[in-house]
Amino acid sequence: MEIKIRKQVLEKNLSEADKNRSYFRENNVFVLNMMSSPGSGKTETLCRTLGCLMPDIRTGVIVGDICTTNDADRLSVTGAKVTQINTDQFGGDCHLAAPLIDTAARKLGCEDLDLLIVENIGNLVCPAEFDIGEDARVVVLSVTEGEDKPLKYPLMFQVSDAAILNKVDLLPYLDFDAPLAVDNMKKVHPNMPVFALSAKTGEGFDPWLAWIRQKVKEKPAT
Amino acid sequence: MHEMGIAQELVKIALDALPQDLDNPQVASLHLKIGKLSSVVSHSLTFCFEIITKDTPLENARLEIETVPVRIRCTGCGTEWEADTPVFQCPDCEQGKIEMLSGREIEIVSLELFE
Repeated sequence: MEIKIRKQVLEKNLSEADKNRSYFRENNVFVLNMMSSPGSGKTETLCRTLGCLMPDIRTGVIVGDICTTNDADRLSVTGAKVTQINTDQFGGDCHLAAPLIDTAARKLGCEDLDLLIVENIGNLVCPAEFDIGEDARVVVLSVTEGEDKPLKYPLMFQVSDAAILNKVDLLPYLDFDAPLAVDNMKKVHPNMPVFALSAKTGEGFDPWLAWIRQKVKEKPAT
Repeated sequence: MHEMGIAQELVKIALDALPQDLDNPQVASLHLKIGKLSSVVSHSLTFCFEIITKDTPLENARLEIETVPVRIRCTGCGTEWEADTPVFQCPDCEQGKIEMLSGREIEIVSLELFE
């Protein structure tokens, strides 16, 4: 006997993500999901970004890691409201799913925020699959990784709305072909904006900051 | 890496779909559609599924996984094509934004019960 089902296996996560979206809309907060492999410089990029955006844009951060509160400690220094999720309490998950974001966002409180940034767990595979109710996704690739990462992890680069090419201050010391890396990103996601920058020196930050400011400004209209 | 979580959701949905009035139902197979661009590894999913279905109506059920190709439409010129590699630029105009028509599915279509 055949029983028809026809359901998305991740539908529970999707419905939780929709609930998060409503909560964020009610609070007029723009939500950015930042993803990358471990060590690409997400936290350093965020520290500098928050330093430039705060206090004009009131920002909160949800940091996901399997273990430790190191990233949250670094980000707290910027004055942003920060909360840490450690997924080892939830089975050591390799990504943040929508229900965890709901709990963390409510704990953080979004009423007085313009921007909420979710620093996802360092991983170029799993986080791409899980909608958390965000408005935009940004993937960070650093020049100490391979130029072909976008072709190796196409889903991540396809689902992202913008990309950061980080650590460009190291380019003189590496064989990394930056135009090829950008070209590979555009092969997977044509027209995606790519911001080449250095979180260490601040080089290339202006277009990135302008992009975020524009997105935050547009949010109440959506 | 997240196949265990997906297997757990899959099992919940399948168990919920079983008719309440059957005594000791046994599932023969589950029919899934998994897009080529979804980050699900079929053999990992099967492995996780086997572990968590012991002593349930899904024990020994076969996972029939249908792979869905990546189909794309260019919103610029309207061209539609199937991508075999992760190069998703429009082969015609190379300009337009693209829309994924298929390839990201993780869907449970049906299940088959032993009579």
